Amino acid sequence: MLEARTAPSRATLVAVPAIAVALTLLCGFLLFTAIGSPPEKVAYAFFVQPFASVGAIGEVLLKTGPLLLVAQGLAIGYRADIWNIGAEGQLIVGAICASVLAIAFETSTSPFLLPAMILAGAAGGAAWAGIAALLRVRFGASEILTTFMLSSVALQLLYFLVTGPLKDPMGFNFPQSVMFGDAALFAPLIPGTRANTSLLMGLAATLVAWVFMARTTAGFRLMVGGLAPAAARYAGFSQTRAIWIGLLAGGACAGLAGVGEVAGPLGMLQRTLSPGYGFAAIIVAFLGGLNPIGIVFAALVMAVIYVGGDYAVVSAGVPNASATILQGFLLVFYLAASLLFTHRIRWRKAAVAEGSAP
Amino acid sequence: MTATLVFILSGMLAAATPMLFAALGESVAERSGVLNLSVEGMMATGAAFAFAVATLSGSHTLGFLAGGTAAALLSLVFAALVLVFHANQVAAGLAIGVLGLGVSAFAGNRFEGAAIAKPPSLDIPGLSDLPVVGPILFSHDAMVYLGILLVPVVALVFTRTKLGLSIRAVGENPEAARAIGTPVLGIRLGCVLFGGFMAGLGGAHLSIAYTALWAEGLVAGRGWIAVALVVFGSWLPFRIALGAYVFGAISLMELSVQGLGLAIPSQLLSASPYIVTILVLAAISRDQTRLRLTRPLSLGKPFRGQA
Amino acid sequence: MNDVLLRLEGITKRYGSLAANDDVALTVRRGEIHAVLGENGAGKSTLMKVIYGVTRPDAGEVLWKGAPVSMRNPAEARTLGIGMVFQHFSLFETMTVAENISMALPDSPRDLAPRIREAGARLGLPVDPDAPVHALSVGERQRVEIIRCLLQDPDLIIMDEPTAVLSPSAVPALFETLRRIAGEGRAIIFISHKLEEIRALCHTATIMRGGKVVATVDPTATTADDLARLMIGSALPHPVRPPRELSPKPALTVDDLVLPAADPFAMALDHIALKVHPGEIVGIAGVSGNGQAELVRVLSGETRLPSQEAPRVRLEESSVGDLGPRDRRRMGLAFVPEERLGRGAVPQLSLADNAYLTAAGLGLSTRGFIRFAAVKAFAESLIAGNDVRCSGPDAPARSLSGGNLQKFIVGREMALAPKVLIVSQPTWGVDVGAAAAIRQRLVDMAGKGAAILVISDELDEILETADRLHVIFRGRLSPSVPATVDRDRIGLAMAGDFAALAAVAPDRSLAHA
Repeated sequence: MLEARTAPSRATLVAVPAIAVALTLLCGFLLFTAIGSPPEKVAYAFFVQPFASVGAIGEVLLKTGPLLLVAQGLAIGYRADIWNIGAEGQLIVGAICASVLAIAFETSTSPFLLPAMILAGAAGGAAWAGIAALLRVRFGASEILTTFMLSSVALQLLYFLVTGPLKDPMGFNFPQSVMFGDAALFAPLIPGTRANTSLLMGLAATLVAWVFMARTTAGFRLMVGGLAPAAARYAGFSQTRAIWIGLLAGGACAGLAGVGEVAGPLGMLQRTLSPGYGFAAIIVAFLGGLNPIGIVFAALVMAVIYVGGDYAVVSAGVPNASATILQGFLLVFYLAASLLFTHRIRWRKAAVAEGSAP
Repeated sequence: MTATLVFILSGMLAAATPMLFAALGESVAERSGVLNLSVEGMMATGAAFAFAVATLSGSHTLGFLAGGTAAALLSLVFAALVLVFHANQVAAGLAIGVLGLGVSAFAGNRFEGAAIAKPPSLDIPGLSDLPVVGPILFSHDAMVYLGILLVPVVALVFTRTKLGLSIRAVGENPEAARAIGTPVLGIRLGCVLFGGFMAGLGGAHLSIAYTALWAEGLVAGRGWIAVALVVFGSWLPFRIALGAYVFGAISLMELSVQGLGLAIPSQLLSASPYIVTILVLAAISRDQTRLRLTRPLSLGKPFRGQA
Repeated sequence: MNDVLLRLEGITKRYGSLAANDDVALTVRRGEIHAVLGENGAGKSTLMKVIYGVTRPDAGEVLWKGAPVSMRNPAEARTLGIGMVFQHFSLFETMTVAENISMALPDSPRDLAPRIREAGARLGLPVDPDAPVHALSVGERQRVEIIRCLLQDPDLIIMDEPTAVLSPSAVPALFETLRRIAGEGRAIIFISHKLEEIRALCHTATIMRGGKVVATVDPTATTADDLARLMIGSALPHPVRPPRELSPKPALTVDDLVLPAADPFAMALDHIALKVHPGEIVGIAGVSGNGQAELVRVLSGETRLPSQEAPRVRLEESSVGDLGPRDRRRMGLAFVPEERLGRGAVPQLSLADNAYLTAAGLGLSTRGFIRFAAVKAFAESLIAGNDVRCSGPDAPARSLSGGNLQKFIVGREMALAPKVLIVSQPTWGVDVGAAAAIRQRLVDMAGKGAAILVISDELDEILETADRLHVIFRGRLSPSVPATVDRDRIGLAMAGDFAALAAVAPDRSLAHA
């Protein structure tokens, strides 16, 4: 039987995501087996291969970077009840802005090019999210819908640019830009891997997010606005400011992640920029309990799912959509298990407090 | 020019039908106080299952039923999350949306890129042969007409029946509804399932009637536009239908403008439904006082039964 | 005697270690108006939940018309013939009266309309079946609730604090209606803590304290003081008011304030004017829903006026009408809202965090960073200084009882040492002991020179604490009168007849200094 908790329990902070991950793996395993993938190969692809070599670990870290960055930004908004679900578009715009610099100064060797790209990417992502903030603040338009719609617009903008103005003129009409010069590329963090500065930016974002949410008055105000809007109004915490902070933080982080992709593994602007990092990061943010520290672990788990999924496609023949469906399972199970934050399981049947609803 | 206009207008009804079904269903769920953002995923699941079943059975009717049922099952998971597990409705909607996209890709994996015969169009004898008006209004498949028919039906349920009153009551003030004996969770569950079934039918129409093909990503944002349409229509069926038809027309402009040979980048046309959605959303939301009159007061808020 | 309708024997209901009902017995007969009297937390509402099928008792028996029954939910209670009129109405604002009533009955709104008119005429409850509920006053809504209950033809009606939402002058009409209903052979359980009303209306009174029945008496033959002693175990405490020095300059001035309604469910404010001087307590009396919520939000800064209208609200000499709550707080205006959970405090957060909510300005932060040790020390001082019973500064706000949380919030706002303190419903839902402590602290604070504005639905509370009072009705505020004014005149003013107050000479030295 379930009983309401009077005080939150620390153990659930770990137990809830752990239950979600375990159930996801179980369901995914059953599902892949059901469609005829060899179970031992699926298990090998998800549990062993991502950790089997330096290169594979590098791939996990490569994917951890953008997931961590975007999720930290989104979580700040979510804690304030600001629902930015268009990080994918903000990531794209961030990548575009950085790419414009890299392409314009293709031959530059300036050490300032990369920092300028980082700033441009963050600003671009923030500006794209800022449109949604403006529409919400000025007109009251739901940011859930506008951020999503802007995400689709960003994708079309990217398609337009890589087939038009930013297309590599020597690129045999492929929808991609020129290769960036070395001054516009991140060096790999660990030799022999593709993991790059994106991960460092993600860790830096973690530190900033933690200090912001746990230590500052501004973070406290955002949290109050998310938990009890009437209390925030009563205390005089500006909702307008919360909307701006929540959306701009998410947009800037997503924009940075976009820079990390074009200046990292891609080395150019192309049609496919992100394997859905912007959407997966929503799940990472939740799985991490909207807590900056928890999000680090959640991003790692999600990166393993990405990398393991890629291996499973190759070795076990699971469909490409496996990553999507596992993400869906993960969030569904996380939300269901979240009941344990507020309730605990009692094995004795006697102490049911209240007659239930008819 | 006339031909283009006839093309847009005659295609409009069919193009709008997936969004109309989904938006009508979502509006019912929302009027019971439940915001279900998973419409996109439910439509995709409905589209994939409808395509699979219609292809394998050769029956469009079975396809529609399968699409509706698959999406309704998905909405059942959503209902469990928000009604039983008290999950945040936005988060649960996103979760089920992602799950639905994944499920659709799985279910449709075997059929990627395949085509299917369209269901027969129910030409209305005499009327469908009329010039201009005939193809616009009287030469469509049965689901297009069903969609049109459902608009007044849903409206009548809300204004004239006890069921409609109960749904409105639950959406306005679930605590009060419970106090007078209305089964709040039962009504919300029913409305969410109805919304799921309708989204599934919309998806099914998209895959086995309107485009008559399956490809991953077929829904392409229509589910989100359906959610926006509910706001545009301020939860009222006739206004929602009007919005759906306008968006149906917009989605056809892409094809016809290219046909006219105008030098507009195709990406701008592809982005136009989203841009229009954003603009209309801003314009509509501006008048919050008016929205507050029709907006279900408890929308998005959890109901925990007896406190 | 076979006119016994309901008999409860040995009803016991425990929540954890707390016995909300402990061996409760109650007998209600046909045609009887039976009071259940007790202060907050005495176990009245648990007992009503048992009778209405919301909760099942752990032990004991419910006998209905002589036969034992076990109700699983309110629908079963209604089928038996038990109806309830709730204090917080279960009406739907976007529907008409008839639609609302049809929700609880098998009939259609159209068929019900004539029956609604007929029942209204017979019992003195006139109401238009086609009117939308959001356009009705609180009193009219109560009529709708009562009619809805009666059209289900119940033998027993439970009424939860029905006079709490009425102006004193509307109470006699309600009592007349209730007597007519009882005259039809129905029984009424009348829940209240207002002693004089029970003495005027009820045939029998069952008095509860600490979950137990302490006495069953004939209220007409018992004095109010005796009832009070039975109810709380001692005489009703009253605040002690020391003499005060009044400054001629008002600390808070509201000048010809006009505010249109934000939506059809809200009340517009109509040329409001009031002043509160340092050292005095001014009360605003009125039936809830007459603009109190809107006025309070304008005073606290939760609703801001356009800048050209800023001088309509002044704190000492400064115009503050366009400022938000934080600016006003910094300038010396503190506010205790009526909703404790979710507005005055964040339910999920600890008392320490909730202390920080409005008191960050008391040196609890440096350059935007929270000083956790200082916040905790401050919360501890609030807990100790205001006799807040809780497990410590880490206790979540929602784990506290209403009275303890209110003492915490009032203590927090007083710790800001405000020049003006606005308190909305200071003791709503608070037990007698905590209520007395809060009222005494308000009086003491005024004695130290603060200007205090108390907004309350409970006239007694205002008469007990305030020096002067205004009456609010449909967004208009009466001129102020001394709190010594005859209750009946105030009652008439609460029903809209401000002229009833005009006969009273205003206390010029205060009101128009």
